[in-house]
Amino acid sequence: MAVVTDKRHRLAAARFIACLIALFGLSRATVAWADSPPDGATIAHQGNGHGVAPCMACHAADGGGMSAAGFPRLAGLPQAYLRKQLDDFADGSRADPTMRPVASALSEAERDAMAAYYSRLPPPSAVAPAPPTGEAAQRAQLLATRGRWSAGLPACEQCHGLGGIGVGEHFPPLAAHSAVYMANQLHAWQQGRRHNDPMQLMQRVAAKLDEADIAALGAWYAAQPATPAKETAP
Amino acid sequence: MNPRHVVLLSAVLCLAACGKPGAAPQAAAKTAPAVSAAPPAAAFVPPPDTAIPADEFGKQVALGRQIFLDPGRYAKAYVGNQLSCENCHLDAGRLARSAPLWGAYPMYPAYRSKNHRVNSFAERLQGCFNYSMNGKAPPLGDPVLVALESYAYWMSKGAPIGTALPGRGYPRLAKPASVPDYARGELVFKRDCALCHGGDGQGQQAAGRTVFPPLWGPQSFNWGAGMEQVGNAAGFIKANMPLGKGDTLSDQDAWDVAYFMDAHERPQDPRFNGSIPATRTAYHDTPDSLYGTTVNGQLLGQGTSAR
Repeated sequence: MAVVTDKRHRLAAARFIACLIALFGLSRATVAWADSPPDGATIAHQGNGHGVAPCMACHAADGGGMSAAGFPRLAGLPQAYLRKQLDDFADGSRADPTMRPVASALSEAERDAMAAYYSRLPPPSAVAPAPPTGEAAQRAQLLATRGRWSAGLPACEQCHGLGGIGVGEHFPPLAAHSAVYMANQLHAWQQGRRHNDPMQLMQRVAAKLDEADIAALGAWYAAQPATPAKETAP
Repeated sequence: MNPRHVVLLSAVLCLAACGKPGAAPQAAAKTAPAVSAAPPAAAFVPPPDTAIPADEFGKQVALGRQIFLDPGRYAKAYVGNQLSCENCHLDAGRLARSAPLWGAYPMYPAYRSKNHRVNSFAERLQGCFNYSMNGKAPPLGDPVLVALESYAYWMSKGAPIGTALPGRGYPRLAKPASVPDYARGELVFKRDCALCHGGDGQGQQAAGRTVFPPLWGPQSFNWGAGMEQVGNAAGFIKANMPLGKGDTLSDQDAWDVAYFMDAHERPQDPRFNGSIPATRTAYHDTPDSLYGTTVNGQLLGQGTSAR
């Protein structure tokens, strides 16, 4: 277990460093950018030519993210949600040392373009990790589908939809996000590093979760398909 | 009959819930006990779902629970809107101050002023389908009613018969300092409700399932439902809305936004007798109902056609 954790940490660190190198390396690149509207695909693959590294360096070419490093998938997330996160990274209401300089170096039009680009990419098709088993599975399923009302905690899917597929612009998908990313976000809500949630809904929810809950939910949603499974008739 | 299809152009809309209080018979038979908004000291604790027995009876309990959570699938023939029981009876009908089944079941049979006679629990459930679900009542003895009654009975194990338990029904809020107001309610709605229920109050769906219920309009509860009464809605909202943030609204906000919600058009009362004023006199003769009154220049009670 310790070995695995250590390996994960090293992997995460390596990804981070790779990202930084890409970020600063490309920040000096001179590209002849025309006045035409920014192109999301170009920025995703090449950066914007004035400080922003290619998004794919961390979020992968297909927008599926890098699970072990906790870089989230962007593909198929709601456009308005993505757009808001970029603003929130820039203004610090979603504090993130990696994303803050990136978001700050994107113009308004470029933020629009990136949100549009990633929202239209198909959700990742990578094979999902195996779902949790035993106590963790029971715990996660209960929290995801029923909540813990004895503590005033609604179920995840009461806002994020059946299977965590996401609902509208304000309730992003939970499905097919890595356990590392999910845990990072829940901790960020708990610790106040992330406070860009409408009506403080997630700060309240996260405050009612413990470490076992967070680990179980992360593993649970990582194994859920990004698109809803077909329901069978009763 | 004029179930006129009224397209409300009201720019803004309202808030929270759907059906009817399983436990607080309208205006009536038994008054809900909660007087303050504070949670009751010690609410009854129903048995956990894992205690549903693995036998023939347990099968009906489990079916009743499924119907409760998703009536549109498991009781489709009797449902006429996008709501589910759980929209107004949170936590599968288990939550105190959200009209829990364990608070209602032991109080029946009961006299109800709504229909001027003693109702069995199954008849009370029929009312839910007629009004809150804007559907039609399953006949007595129908498997849907048997399953739902089994679920409520099972959940009430250990609860005293005929005793009004703390946490039953919705809290009854004290009269507000200021008379409930549409414009103030609209502000509360925009601030605290529209995120989930939508600026038009029509809720949100994902993958064909209702996630946030419509609060008015053709897919919501009809004019005969308990949630149409402003006091009921205010109590539900105060205790339970926004979801996960119960008891954060002021009493005044809860009254105002309940008024705002209930001042919107919805499906006609199935007891409509051809005249809005006469229907008001017969079934809505209370300051708690906006049926047949005019709000913002709109005569309420005209009904909406199903989409």
